[in-house]
Amino acid sequence: MSAAAYEERLERMWQSRPGVLGWLMTTDHKRIGLLYFWTTLVLFAAGGTEALIMRTQLIQPNQHVVGPSTYDELFTMHGVTMIFFFIIPMTTGAFGNYLLPLMVGARDMAFPRMNALSYWIFLGSGIFIYTSLFIGQAPNAGWFDYLPLANAKYDPGHAIDFYCLGIIFNGISSSLTAGNFIVTILKMRAPGMSFNRMPLFCFAFLAASWGLLFALPSLTADTIFLFLDRNIGTHFFDIAKGGSALLWQHLFWIFGHPEVYILIVPAFGIATEIIPAFTQRRVVAFPLVAVAELLVVFIGFGVWAHHMFATGMPTVTVVFFAAATGVVVIPSTIQVFAWCMTFVTGNAQFKTPLLFIAGFIFMFVAGGLTGIMFLAVPFDQQVTDTYFVIAHFHYIIFGAAVFPIFGGLYFWFPKVTGKLYFELPGQISFWIIFIGTNLLFFPMHLVGLAGMPRRNYTYPSGLGWGADNLAETIGSYITTVGIVVLLANLVYSYFRGEPAGPDPWHGATLEWTIPSPPPEYNFAVIPKVSSAYANWDYEDRAEDRRKLAEGIMVLEQGHEQPVSSPVDGWWAEIVEMPHDSPWPIVLALAMAVVFILLLLHLWMGFCFGLAGVVLALLGWHGEEPQEREA
Amino acid sequence: MLGYPFSDLTSRGTTWRRGIAAAALAVPTLLAGCGGSQDTLAPHSHAASDISNLFWVMTGIAFGGLALVTGLLVWAWVRRRRRGFGSTDPDDPHPGEKPAWFVVVGGGVVFPLMVVIALFIVGDWAIINVTEAPSASSTTLTVDAVGHQWYWAFRYPGTKAVTADEMHIPVDTRVNLVATTADVIHSFWVPELNRKIDTIPGQQNRILLYANKVGVYRGQCAEFCGLQHAHMGMLVFVQPKAQFQAWLRKQAAPAAAPATALARQGQDAFLSGPCSSCHTIRGTSARGFVGPDLTHLASRTTLAGVLIPNSRTYLAHWIVDSQHFKPGNQMPDFHLGRSKLDSLVAYLEGLR
Repeated sequence: MSAAAYEERLERMWQSRPGVLGWLMTTDHKRIGLLYFWTTLVLFAAGGTEALIMRTQLIQPNQHVVGPSTYDELFTMHGVTMIFFFIIPMTTGAFGNYLLPLMVGARDMAFPRMNALSYWIFLGSGIFIYTSLFIGQAPNAGWFDYLPLANAKYDPGHAIDFYCLGIIFNGISSSLTAGNFIVTILKMRAPGMSFNRMPLFCFAFLAASWGLLFALPSLTADTIFLFLDRNIGTHFFDIAKGGSALLWQHLFWIFGHPEVYILIVPAFGIATEIIPAFTQRRVVAFPLVAVAELLVVFIGFGVWAHHMFATGMPTVTVVFFAAATGVVVIPSTIQVFAWCMTFVTGNAQFKTPLLFIAGFIFMFVAGGLTGIMFLAVPFDQQVTDTYFVIAHFHYIIFGAAVFPIFGGLYFWFPKVTGKLYFELPGQISFWIIFIGTNLLFFPMHLVGLAGMPRRNYTYPSGLGWGADNLAETIGSYITTVGIVVLLANLVYSYFRGEPAGPDPWHGATLEWTIPSPPPEYNFAVIPKVSSAYANWDYEDRAEDRRKLAEGIMVLEQGHEQPVSSPVDGWWAEIVEMPHDSPWPIVLALAMAVVFILLLLHLWMGFCFGLAGVVLALLGWHGEEPQEREA
Repeated sequence: MLGYPFSDLTSRGTTWRRGIAAAALAVPTLLAGCGGSQDTLAPHSHAASDISNLFWVMTGIAFGGLALVTGLLVWAWVRRRRRGFGSTDPDDPHPGEKPAWFVVVGGGVVFPLMVVIALFIVGDWAIINVTEAPSASSTTLTVDAVGHQWYWAFRYPGTKAVTADEMHIPVDTRVNLVATTADVIHSFWVPELNRKIDTIPGQQNRILLYANKVGVYRGQCAEFCGLQHAHMGMLVFVQPKAQFQAWLRKQAAPAAAPATALARQGQDAFLSGPCSSCHTIRGTSARGFVGPDLTHLASRTTLAGVLIPNSRTYLAHWIVDSQHFKPGNQMPDFHLGRSKLDSLVAYLEGLR
């Protein structure tokens, strides 16, 4: 057979069903990644709209755009949306799903159907929690949801139940994704890709996935306790009956601080792909950066109580967590200097993706430096719960997570669509967003220092807060314009862009070795890997082409994929990969029913719902992966 | 006749609505007059100025760090070469790797470690000690601050004095402030005097309160506590010691008896009506504890969590339409008859 014939055979073996059904039943990581992308984009718009309404309310003192109850719902939903329904699913769900198998040289994720299940659960949880907004029962006690304010006495109704169940439901999706990534990264790497030859992007996603897997149980337990307290009459957080209000905060932040790194480390991964491509240089101090990516998440588990310095913990406890907060700085500074020195020693070309990464480094350093300030406990206790903290973590979350996401959108746009974006509007969109976000977030430092607390639906005049707030609101509008320009550019480029070819940037990793958009089987030949910058190993790529012509390492006999040993990346076995399946969406639907029944206190119905879930699982396992060869 | 600016507060007609709209417009300008600022960088105690000085030093270092990183990026931009893609040199895939490692280890490990250790010693050893809660019984004055949805009750243990939203302390005196809550978590914060402390159910958290200058300092609840978190302000009046003692003696006394016939009617209305089920007026049968203690209401300068001035007009408006000023607060609107409102206001105005 010729190379073309092998490719045609693979195409037949791996293609999805046509039409909508193909999307509903898909197990293709690229399709699932795109589904994640479009869904999170809609939720990003929702969370952004919430922020814009808040900024409009705060444009001047004593405004009446929204009342206090609406405002409380807005800031709660903004936080919940941006964290659980935008950044995590955008970085892990969209970028991770689409790119990880391509970077490790695999044909799909380790568990393709579980991957589909993650998406459908995520979609279900998003619809679930936004239903609350449309029926006027949106969560209103903040994304941090402190007790006792969120208990049934102070917050009757279903608002907090929506929060608890929505978070648990969403957490199942994130856990499945995290487990899937870990196994994919450890086992599905192309033979030859030992740990030291793995792209930094994969290290970042490995770190974030471990983080999710260990952090989420704490939040899940917390929200289950709260749901039981509210609905069954338990007393986990009820001080009068021997519970503890602070227990909520500890469990929440044991999740909540690692969460910060779960949000930004995948974005670091994106940065460490864009930087080599646009400097045409391997990342400086590769092993240090790889270790730092893992360490930052690990140490991140030991600093949670710095969110609670004002709660009256003993001084020795406070000082311990302050010291830990100092230690977590180091892996981040290592990475920052490694990125910067790669810029300096390489051949930096400031195209749009790299501009976003340069902006990201600036924002991350600015936000990180105010973060270091919080290790001085007296200062932390002065500015905690003020706009100073909002400024700090938006520099981190918008600057260090969203900027790389935008950069990544431009960077991989040619790979996903096969078209080049337009460079000038791209650079214009960067500058608008960069100026807008700094105008939006920098004055928050000042107004926080001037004493403005967070989560206030309005503020009095005469305290000198008006001018800063006006600037912030204008900044939020400018940022919105920039994001619209960015998206419009990509949409226009999709229709009018020049063909990109497989490798417009001379990128470093394996996804640039294959056509754009990638075929459904990803790699016609299981690629040979001898460094972390596989696309720059020209001899390996030539050998891949030779193998394809001879039919070596093509695995065209079935729906197949090699599995390798976790550390050395030795060829271990060939496994049969599952085909499209209706069961993921059916199981997700059954689970959604269970959560709705829980919300409505239909306990008997809940038992029947659980039975439905078990039936769906049985159906799932009744169907073996099988060939669908014509 | 009381000097209300609107002809009829009690009818539900358009005049009343328009009147409220006028009041809403009046609120912003008047609020500025409620006194005090709450600027963390305008300290009026050694604790707050230590924190403020620490901030300026940290900010200096931070700008240095940001300038360094920005400088590296700008340097990369300046020395960029337009060689195009695919120009990696296969013989030297890591140009300048060795000096770059020095920068990464020096700038990424050594330098931040030094800064962090220095900051830890200054912040978490030196300054933490001078801003910390005073050791038990080392102060001559203790004040209990009790957070409520949505006001602060201040008690002076050892006396019967209870006040709301406005506390007084003597100048140059270390005060042991004990922060507790009657319901949810609040946070006691007067930034110009010291860092904040949360009120946690079941805990007695403490903080040092000290002011080195006579004046009025504004504070505010800093932990989200529900609908009216935004309007849970407070004022700290720092007085010369003798004046403070006089104030405290007056606050500890029971309420003044009504002086006029109108005020007596007002007292009757207060005690027989719904008011007394939520408010306490010491020396009368009113013993409610949902709302603030009103024993010396007229001695306070503001109402409703430092939201509106304590004037006759605002007091009357507050009674009939508190939900307009503070939507969701626990006091329902009372659509009282004109004469009843007049008498009630007359009584409350006499509670000096």
